[in-house]
Amino acid sequence: MESGGGARRGRMVIDPKVRQVGFVTPGEQDGPAGVSSSSAQVNAPDSPAPVMIPPAPRVAVPAAADHSPPKPAAPVPIPPRSPPLPPRNFDAEDEMPLGSYNPGGEGVLAGSPNSSYGKASSEKAEIGDLSPTMVAELNSSMMEMSLERSKYELPVPEKENESTADVISERVEVPAINNNEGPENDARQRKLKDRTSKAERRALQESQRAAKEAARASAAVAKAKPPPQKKDGSNEKKGVDKKPVDKSGEKDKKKEVVVPEKDKRKDAPAPRLQFDDEQKVAKARRRAIVEQTTETKHRVELFRHLPQFVPPTQLQALEEKYLQNDTMHIHPAVYQVGLKYLTWDIVGGNARCVAMLEAFKEMIRDYTTPPQKVMSRDLTAKINSHVSFLSTCRPLSISMGNAIRSFKLKIGKLRDTLTEAEAKSSLVSHLETFAQEKIILADKEIVKHAVTKIIDGDVVLTHGFSCVVEMVLSHAHSIGKKFRVVVVDSRPRLEGRILLRSLLAQGLKCTYTHINAVTYIMQEVTKVFLGAASILANGTVYSRVGTAAAAMVAHGYRVPVMICCETYKFHERVQLDSICSNELGDPDALVGVAGRKEFRELVGWDESEHLRLLNLTYDATPADYVSMIITEHGMVPPTSVPVILREYRKEPIL
Amino acid sequence: MGMEEEEQVIGDFNRWRQRPELAEAVAAIKALTAVIQRSQASTMMGLEIELKNASEMLKAWDRSSISLSAGCDLFMRYVTRTSALEYEDINAGKSRLIERGERFGDISLKARETIALLGQDFVQDGCCILVHGSSRVVLALLKLAANNGKNFTVIVTEGGPKKTGMEVSKKLSAAGIPVTVIVDSAVAYTMDRVDMVLVGADGVVESGGIINVIGTFQVALIAHSMKRPFYVAAESFKFARLYPLDQQDLSISTGQEESSNPARDYTPPHYLTLLFTDLGVLTPSAVSDELIQLYL
Repeated sequence: MESGGGARRGRMVIDPKVRQVGFVTPGEQDGPAGVSSSSAQVNAPDSPAPVMIPPAPRVAVPAAADHSPPKPAAPVPIPPRSPPLPPRNFDAEDEMPLGSYNPGGEGVLAGSPNSSYGKASSEKAEIGDLSPTMVAELNSSMMEMSLERSKYELPVPEKENESTADVISERVEVPAINNNEGPENDARQRKLKDRTSKAERRALQESQRAAKEAARASAAVAKAKPPPQKKDGSNEKKGVDKKPVDKSGEKDKKKEVVVPEKDKRKDAPAPRLQFDDEQKVAKARRRAIVEQTTETKHRVELFRHLPQFVPPTQLQALEEKYLQNDTMHIHPAVYQVGLKYLTWDIVGGNARCVAMLEAFKEMIRDYTTPPQKVMSRDLTAKINSHVSFLSTCRPLSISMGNAIRSFKLKIGKLRDTLTEAEAKSSLVSHLETFAQEKIILADKEIVKHAVTKIIDGDVVLTHGFSCVVEMVLSHAHSIGKKFRVVVVDSRPRLEGRILLRSLLAQGLKCTYTHINAVTYIMQEVTKVFLGAASILANGTVYSRVGTAAAAMVAHGYRVPVMICCETYKFHERVQLDSICSNELGDPDALVGVAGRKEFRELVGWDESEHLRLLNLTYDATPADYVSMIITEHGMVPPTSVPVILREYRKEPIL
Repeated sequence: MGMEEEEQVIGDFNRWRQRPELAEAVAAIKALTAVIQRSQASTMMGLEIELKNASEMLKAWDRSSISLSAGCDLFMRYVTRTSALEYEDINAGKSRLIERGERFGDISLKARETIALLGQDFVQDGCCILVHGSSRVVLALLKLAANNGKNFTVIVTEGGPKKTGMEVSKKLSAAGIPVTVIVDSAVAYTMDRVDMVLVGADGVVESGGIINVIGTFQVALIAHSMKRPFYVAAESFKFARLYPLDQQDLSISTGQEESSNPARDYTPPHYLTLLFTDLGVLTPSAVSDELIQLYL
């Protein structure tokens, strides 16, 4: 309303006359030709009034000059990438559906994890920066791999030493095995162990059980009271995981004699493990598959209910426990995917979900029912252990959680009359259909709807990197709409650079700024397109940290905010803030700044008693800031999310 | 579809439109029903295709009418749903559709009565209602309230430049309701005296906002800032699957030229209090709910 007038009304002005938003640090000024000659405006760092300097003559980015012909993954561990072929004809992408979300079709299975780590430490010197694999997989024309990544890499200093902590892998979600699924899963984990070392433990337990039962019963009742308070916060946290837990918990119950204490806790809906409950944390630690060392002295108190980030030195332990332990046998495909999550090689709700579904397909294909076991139950147990492995590597995203729920339902519904081969093929086709319908085709529909909202002369702002938003912008450009893009980025992951590269390669006019400048740049923006990790029942958008800020500023400038999100990511829970549920990232990622070797102020932060670093992964954008949500079913207001959940999820997912 | 077919459909449509009591959407549906009657198709799919073509033609005939395209979409939706059911005999299917199409005319009048019944509860004794635009539904509502013995006064905006407000005021005073006509610029001045605002709608969009005669948005803004309830009376066949972001977006989606003399504007849902529809009294957010169910 206030400043909405002038700059924004000049919609027909494609070439911005006042442009120099010079947030370029000195080191990056001499970037490779491909970047600096593009529309991303670069400015002399010391010029006092960036706004007044006329734009540098824009050199059209040579469209296909640098692209090698698409070739599938060579036996290179990290699939290097080349920019996509612009301008992309949208229909041409039909040939390459699933790969969009994978680091190259075979990428999931090709290349050993170990070598990717070796490479990772040397190449991924930047904090959470454009690792070639991240760039690769987030690009729609995934199949092309070439070694020309370096051309597009913004200059990055050698910072291996300072930021190795996060380089090897972002985190190992150690207690997640237990905490993500609550005491129910604890019970199940314990049962798995019972099965394996039954003889040894049974005798001991039997004798102790009678004695403990009475004491436990009263204690459990007392415990049932305090959990409700935490439960209200924790129930909403990842309700996703509770459902699979409930279902499999019930199945396993029939199979085994259950300790009464477990029964009691099963009756009460499983609360999420809150890390500020000392007793439960201690219990979880005892049962933890991998040793966890909650660094309590580095913990931010406000977030102590969330699983703390654990540096990936746990990787060794992880390997030992999971690979050498025969009973916890993890299928290699799932193992690879898990490791890619660990290193943040695969990021983004869609990419992670698709990779996981692919891995599960492999797993199902290789699965044989052990003798004397019912397929559906055994398979569910196996899926559970795989899922807990994946959540150890990195907490499950909501999209993954929904997919797993739907898959387990399908397993549960398998008719007994089917032969194993039929059942397996039915499951594999379910996974295929899920990925195809809910993700790939849904994205195409979303693009179709979203593109109608972009008109000539628009200035479109986006934050970070959402694969759907990238598709929308590409398609709009390919059908000839004249608009320009503002990419807002934020530390420490700086994911916006991937999007920037991709758009520049297609010839879009882009502006790149940091989140600090969003209030400034919003004056010229006409529309905001954002992606989401999930949308909750009250219309709250759960997305990469920084999205809420961009949406809020847009709302303040009365710029419409469009969220592009597939319906499979919708979730029934409600979240009012970004605190009760989130993912904590590596605090060390905040220490260094790309391009500024001399920035050493925060080094040694962990020795200070007064300083804590907090690196959040997600934030929650209230529904008030959202103008519309673009789903495959059309454009809906944020108030209609529960309607879609109700109408299109008559059976929970699918 | 041949030229004669096209002319027939459009001719039908215009004929129906001339009846003053009939809403545009209903006229469109009646024209489509006539297409079914004339159709020579031997399968439901063939019939569906014919209808689709006819519907496209009607929409192209008058791009700017939201209720027309909403009505066509609604009927096509019904057809698709019906043809999904297996009808052994194409004639049975056809007659079913024809029957539905003809009932639609009745439904629309019935819708008006339902809305009048729901809405007149909101008219209290001694209240003063501001009316903008000329809507048959609003007239029905006010007449019913007057017939039920409520005492209220109405202020009607002139509705320039066509001065549609004069006709409305004539009809209202014929029904025995005290009416005052004001110039459009005097809305803010009079808003002090007004207890509620009541308008009709050309179309109701997915966000819950409405598209109505130019000036509605202005009145809504004033009512909102002076905390007066703003009510909309609209039948459910006016619900359209549009989602305009702003006024310019509206003219793009309806295909009308963005002119300096627009005939309609878009009022965002934020300024509406309630919508009286034949599906009930809805909040703006419920419109999307209904639309999703309708077009599931």
